[in-house]
Amino acid sequence: MSKNYFKNNPDKDGFFGTYGGAFIPPNLEEEMKKINDAYFSISKSHKFITELRNIRKHFQGRPTPVYHCSRLSQKYGGQIYLKREDLNHTGAHKLNHCMGEALLAKYMGKTKLIAETGAGQHGVALATAAAYFGLECEIHMGEVDIAKEYPNVQRMKILGTTVVPVTHGLKTLKEAVDSAFEAYLKDPINSIYCIGSVVGPHPFPMMVRDFQRVVGIEAKDQFFEMTGELPDNVVACVGGGSNAMGIFSAFLFDDECTLYGIEPGGTSFKMGDHAATMTLGKPGMIHGFKCYVLQDENGEPAPVHSVASGLDYPGVGPEHSMLKDLEKVTYDSITDKECIDAFFELSRLEGIIPALESSHAVAYALKLAQKKPKQSILVNLSGRGDKDLDYVIDTYGIPD
Amino acid sequence: MNRINKKLQEDKKLLSIYFTAGYPSLTDTVSIIEDLEKNGVDMIEIGLPFSDPLADGPTIQASSTKALKNGMTTEVLFDQLKDIRKTVSIPLIIMGYFNPMLQYGVEAFCKKCQEIGIDGLIIPDLPVDVYKEDYQAIFEKYGLINVFLITPQTSVERINFIDSVSNGFIYMVSSASVTGSSSGFGDVQTSYFKRIANMNLKNPQVIGFGISDHETFTQATEYAKGAIIGSAFIKHITENGASKTEDFVKSILN
Repeated sequence: MSKNYFKNNPDKDGFFGTYGGAFIPPNLEEEMKKINDAYFSISKSHKFITELRNIRKHFQGRPTPVYHCSRLSQKYGGQIYLKREDLNHTGAHKLNHCMGEALLAKYMGKTKLIAETGAGQHGVALATAAAYFGLECEIHMGEVDIAKEYPNVQRMKILGTTVVPVTHGLKTLKEAVDSAFEAYLKDPINSIYCIGSVVGPHPFPMMVRDFQRVVGIEAKDQFFEMTGELPDNVVACVGGGSNAMGIFSAFLFDDECTLYGIEPGGTSFKMGDHAATMTLGKPGMIHGFKCYVLQDENGEPAPVHSVASGLDYPGVGPEHSMLKDLEKVTYDSITDKECIDAFFELSRLEGIIPALESSHAVAYALKLAQKKPKQSILVNLSGRGDKDLDYVIDTYGIPD
Repeated sequence: MNRINKKLQEDKKLLSIYFTAGYPSLTDTVSIIEDLEKNGVDMIEIGLPFSDPLADGPTIQASSTKALKNGMTTEVLFDQLKDIRKTVSIPLIIMGYFNPMLQYGVEAFCKKCQEIGIDGLIIPDLPVDVYKEDYQAIFEKYGLINVFLITPQTSVERINFIDSVSNGFIYMVSSASVTGSSSGFGDVQTSYFKRIANMNLKNPQVIGFGISDHETFTQATEYAKGAIIGSAFIKHITENGASKTEDFVKSILN
């Protein structure tokens, strides 16, 4: 891997090694090409970059801090640090790429943003971006997730967005993606699909990664300023993998940093009980790109489960798939139970209520800290947990 | 000569019907094919159901979901079709998404198609560039015609490229939308039909998406060699039963 890694990955056809690409019907093909061309001509311009930087600083509240967890470190060992994406406006890292995608949409003359959402974080972020730029917004969300993440549904509605309930299949993230694509295909001229992670056909995995790189760039500088070193370990949760790509991107060439991508292990490793795509899946295709896929022997995407709606996806970003094969990142999983324990641990020891997605990364960091008590661990705390309170209390209760 | 090429040489406008294999019941596949041929259909697209279809509208999606629930898989379809050439002689095309073929093994899939007597494939999510580079040789080895789709937004350059790679017909999507979503053709569509007809491509064109009755069939075939009906046919058998293909085909042709 070289300094030109980001320029060469993906290649011109959108491939990260053998993963990625754009396996899409021709009605999408032309539009993806237009978005790709616009991305290269517009988003690399000084004007675009200046405007986006301005938005990040004054609207999103960036840079978000890196925080040292002294009580958590004392209890578990190691030196645990958090990159506080929960403090990014709207409470998660998702706004980083949404503002980028929406700004691009505005420059392209689009009037409507369409997307899917799992936990509602991407939906809220995109609804926020739409309000900021005065664009229409339509968010597709599985009925199961609507019930589970109701506060986020209300936030989207307050922001002026139309929330479309998805009622087919398992009524979660995969079906929401199908439904959003379908809506987008009805009017690809005026609308733009703003995918919620580093997934989907080229150029989305590249665009979303590039807009999320700010997380890693900031965190690396901040960590060095605080400690005079690089972190020994960097941990992030992986559903589609946008927050993980954001933070990993800054450390890919630092061999002294070990990178961990943490998948949802759910309740067991039986098909249908988890969404540990890279741990248990095999290469295949979903939603127009090649990646590791949880699938049955007929190539049908497998049913998935996770306590965290935002990780509940049978595919994963193509770049993660490549980084796994290259052994640049270690992918492992955390169960629902470990996730919930970490959720309360971080809340009670540090006064930070994490999103259930991010709690997977926290849980892994706690394990790692016990195994490597002399090392530093930087966790990407990708979102805050306010949206999860009702679900956690109803399902698990509040421990004494 | 491949049955598709032979059919395309006939001096008539072709009616092609799409239906989802294993729908409404798992075992309806073969009888629907036989009935369609008997009633004068020229060519059939057999849909291999997939739960993650990016190009299909609600009607075909719902039929796919049902078919999958009925137990339809690649393996089951091949088994149902194993004796199809004893009774059916019109061109048969399998239309499906790429991942199930990839998991079956592309070469094994093509080989099986040849054994059964399938004449071609339509894979909406397999881009022509990837096909040309990785799979064309395999398709040709097993005598299969791969059919590509174009839409009103497809550039002239791309259409010419698709024409150069194709060896059967070009599937012209009538609108930029998903299957089963429009009713009747307007000026925008007819001018697109005319524009493509005037390109004098080496491959004949067959129009699909938005064809549902005698009127739209006649309109489409004014500019193209044939037309494909999917959602309207599936709607008809959903409402009237799998054995009622005759009145549907008659209503289109007369």
